Amino acid sequence: MLLIPCPWCGARPEIEFHYGGEAHIARPERPTELDDAAWAEFLYMRTNPKGPHAERWRHIHGCGRFFNCVRDTVSDKVLVTYKPGESRPPLP
Amino acid sequence: MTDTFRTADRGRVDRNHPVAFNFDGRHYNGFTGDSLASALLANGVHLVGRSFKYHRPRGILSAGAEEPNALVTVVRDAGRTTPNLRATQVELYPGLRAFSQNRFPSLHFDIGGVAKFVAPLLGAGFYYKTFMWPGSWWKRLYEPAIRRAAGLGRAPRSADPDRYTQRYAHCEVLVIGAGAAGLAAARAASEHGGRVILCDEQAEFGGALLHETCTLEGKAATEWVADCIATLHARGVRLLPRTTAFGWFPGNMIGLVERITDHLPAPPPELPRERLWQVRAREVVIAAGAIERPLVFPGNDRPGIMLADAARCYLHRYGVKVGTRAVVATSDDSAYRAGIDLHRAGIEIAVIADARVAPDATLVAEAKAAGIEVRTGTVAGTAGRLRVHGVELRGSGRVQCDVLLMSGGWTPSVHLFSQSRGKLRFDDGLGAFVPGVSAARERSAGGCVGSFETVDCIEQGSAAGDEAARGVQRAAIGVIGSARRPATATSVTHGKAFVDFQNDVTAKDLKQVAQEGFRSIEHVKRYTTTGMATDQGKTSNLNALALVATTLHRPVPAVGHTTFRMPYTPVTFGALAGAARGELFDPVRLTPMHACAEQRGAVFEDVGNWKRARYFPLRGEDMHAAVARECLAVRNAVGVFDGSTLGKIEVTGPDAAAFLDRMYTGSFARLGVGRCRYGLMLNEAGFVMDDGVVARLAPARFHVTTTTGGAAHVLHHMEDYLQTEFPDLRVWLTSITEQWAVIAVQGPGARAVVATVVGGIDCDAMPHLSVRQGQVAGVPARLFRVSFTGEVGYEINVPAGHGAAVWDAVLAAGAAHGIAPYGTEAMHVLRAEKGYIVVGQETDGTVTPDDLGMGWAIGKAKDDFVGKRSLRRADMERTGRRQLVGLLTDEVLEEGAQITDMHGGPSLGHITSAYFSAVLGRSIALALVASGRARIGQMLLVPMEHGGVAVQVTDPVFYDRDGARLHG
Repeated sequence: MLLIPCPWCGARPEIEFHYGGEAHIARPERPTELDDAAWAEFLYMRTNPKGPHAERWRHIHGCGRFFNCVRDTVSDKVLVTYKPGESRPPLP
Repeated sequence: MTDTFRTADRGRVDRNHPVAFNFDGRHYNGFTGDSLASALLANGVHLVGRSFKYHRPRGILSAGAEEPNALVTVVRDAGRTTPNLRATQVELYPGLRAFSQNRFPSLHFDIGGVAKFVAPLLGAGFYYKTFMWPGSWWKRLYEPAIRRAAGLGRAPRSADPDRYTQRYAHCEVLVIGAGAAGLAAARAASEHGGRVILCDEQAEFGGALLHETCTLEGKAATEWVADCIATLHARGVRLLPRTTAFGWFPGNMIGLVERITDHLPAPPPELPRERLWQVRAREVVIAAGAIERPLVFPGNDRPGIMLADAARCYLHRYGVKVGTRAVVATSDDSAYRAGIDLHRAGIEIAVIADARVAPDATLVAEAKAAGIEVRTGTVAGTAGRLRVHGVELRGSGRVQCDVLLMSGGWTPSVHLFSQSRGKLRFDDGLGAFVPGVSAARERSAGGCVGSFETVDCIEQGSAAGDEAARGVQRAAIGVIGSARRPATATSVTHGKAFVDFQNDVTAKDLKQVAQEGFRSIEHVKRYTTTGMATDQGKTSNLNALALVATTLHRPVPAVGHTTFRMPYTPVTFGALAGAARGELFDPVRLTPMHACAEQRGAVFEDVGNWKRARYFPLRGEDMHAAVARECLAVRNAVGVFDGSTLGKIEVTGPDAAAFLDRMYTGSFARLGVGRCRYGLMLNEAGFVMDDGVVARLAPARFHVTTTTGGAAHVLHHMEDYLQTEFPDLRVWLTSITEQWAVIAVQGPGARAVVATVVGGIDCDAMPHLSVRQGQVAGVPARLFRVSFTGEVGYEINVPAGHGAAVWDAVLAAGAAHGIAPYGTEAMHVLRAEKGYIVVGQETDGTVTPDDLGMGWAIGKAKDDFVGKRSLRRADMERTGRRQLVGLLTDEVLEEGAQITDMHGGPSLGHITSAYFSAVLGRSIALALVASGRARIGQMLLVPMEHGGVAVQVTDPVFYDRDGARLHG
């Protein structure tokens, strides 16, 4: 079971968390001004990398807050977590 | 029976405590400290089972967890019956009853043994090739017959009466295995003062030291073990004997299963049978040891043929002679020690046959000095039916014996290392895989890295324990590999030479599949089933791999190895389930009025974790009659319904209205205090996700309801947008589902009933879709005027603790008006008569508001809300989408049934809801049909098993189309 460091609560077991998909995909400010292709890009296109992947998690059975996390999709190891709004930190 | 094969004085068994036990209905005696296997061998019993496929007589091969043959069923009572236990790991207790498996009528005469006559049909992959025709015979005849003939023990039919517990533990260092390396590692790690846990699958710590005769640090091996345990105990190390580390999970979480009562003659009822440990270890030392490999030669599976070191173990640890005259066949040095030790204990060693051309001269000299003949050569075959009585040595003829000891070298136990995603490396010197590159915080030491000298194991264990406590990372501690490369383990020209004893896979099978074109070892494994039995190929995998490599003319590492999977040895379902059984399997959610409904004889249904009253049958009523009566009560008088399971979220803060405007399709900014509005929630892709009622209690306070099933997800969805997309909004979300009991009062008589129980609220001044705060039956309440039936309706919300009392008060007040409680079934019929949707029933994640004819719920003036942009995508606006319609039907059709045109063409849609409507006196349905609204008035066909049923398309609102009844 993964041990995930919540930026507010510290390391907690995976079962306290809820996965939230890829991180750093901001909802467009004015969706109505986007054409179908641009909107589909936001709605459906994700990077799905092999290796470090920035993703959102929520400490749903703890403090309830969302945060960002870089996880290696090959080793399934959590490399770093950080608060929403912060930019992706360099990997340790 | 007396145990005639017991030595006079050797071993760790307690000769002052004889133990009577029973195997296959016969009484035997052993001693405290015996395993079932050692006690049977002491009585001269080698034949203990029949093989899986060919029903061949099988004996005890090993002395440990790797045992493939000696599987037994241990019976305490009907529920406490455990099949497939390895006799080598079953501890003897007075009165133990064990049975052999897979034989009928008896072990000595087994009718299934005729399998040998059809053996040519049962080769690798036989079930893909034979018994194919005629096709219908497979299910009726072949499969049941094969399943009866093949197999292991039978699972008990009674429920398991035992209790199992689970616990979490955290430590700095977990040491797995308490042999020489593990004990030394725990000793070194505990010097640093952190939390250390040491576990071992055996009842006694010491591993192979329990049958070693060497001297360590100036003491006898067993004395060294005892001193080590005393030191660990004094240092507060948690010592877990009878505890198997069965699985490695991400984040250095290791699963251990501790067997607590299986060795006790009468388990105390206060003790659990097993305890599952989930250990989160900062660092792990793996000291899992090594397993001796069998040799592959024709007839290598007869009872009396066993691993050489197992015979040494039975001699030194249990004081048991495994026979009177032994042949030793080996391709490795270690078997010499077994031969010499057994010879000194008085067992005649007929010959040591070494498969290697030039065996180690020192060892040969040592054996010869002891008076043992040594020949080079391999085994060509064996003789004997229920017990081996002769060995055919290639080139040197037949040798009489009653036991054949074999050794094909040692296989390091890399199971846990491999499970931790570490990369294995093939070691040429050992002819086996060893830990290569680590992926987790662990290191291996001792036998599991290929070190077989006790002093090396202690040295490596000490270094491993010390480095673990200090957090130094190395995959394998110590010098790996020796120069003594064992010769190839196979010598097969004809006959059945078994590789996987438990699944009856022979060398011939493996060669055949290689010739059939299989190249991947993973495919070979699945096609032949080698390594797929309950022992997961502990004794067979490497031999199988070597055989395939030889056949394919490729080096072993190029063929690769199969994946090591947990569990290391089988784990009971009980241990994994723990307390999550019966009522505790899943939490049950009960509404505050549950007992009231029970009292009225309600029939309940599961909705998520909730128990909801489905209908309230009166004496003699079936469901159809009860639901019809409940529906008519609501239409003609008044009904009361428990709506407490509805999700409820309080949305507060100065930006609450702005936030709801973005989350729902409707507009709430100008919703007056005291008013409600229907809320339709879309996901960002524009599909309907949930619905409910949004009520404004105060300018900055909303009471929002969700569907029963969607409550948690809707709150999560709202939190997601609030925290990550709109963090500038000052809004707070609170789940209040469990805080408020909801009593819906619906029907023409609803106002009269509610008016008699409210305080401080003028019901007459409450229009449809309004909310007031006041009292109901003297309790603070939020009173909503809403309807999910099409009748005048109220939903009384009171604090959950008062729900039952208010429910009773409402029923009492309604008695004069003919009030009837109704359940979810009537609720569904009533809403369907009105064409009201149920999210998840009329929708399936691909349905838009317009598909439902609910374009009216969208705030046209709103610039943006979640899902709005997606509604403009081409596919969402195309013609021909499936739209919600009503169907007039002649019978209650099945939900999910397909709909076609009258000629039975391609599917046009499907039925989403279907009921009998009492008030209309007919059956109706809701459906999603391609261009449905344009088809109103048309006839369509619903193909059913009994033929096509014609239905008429109609508007989804069947009853009171202009809504006059709603406003009373």
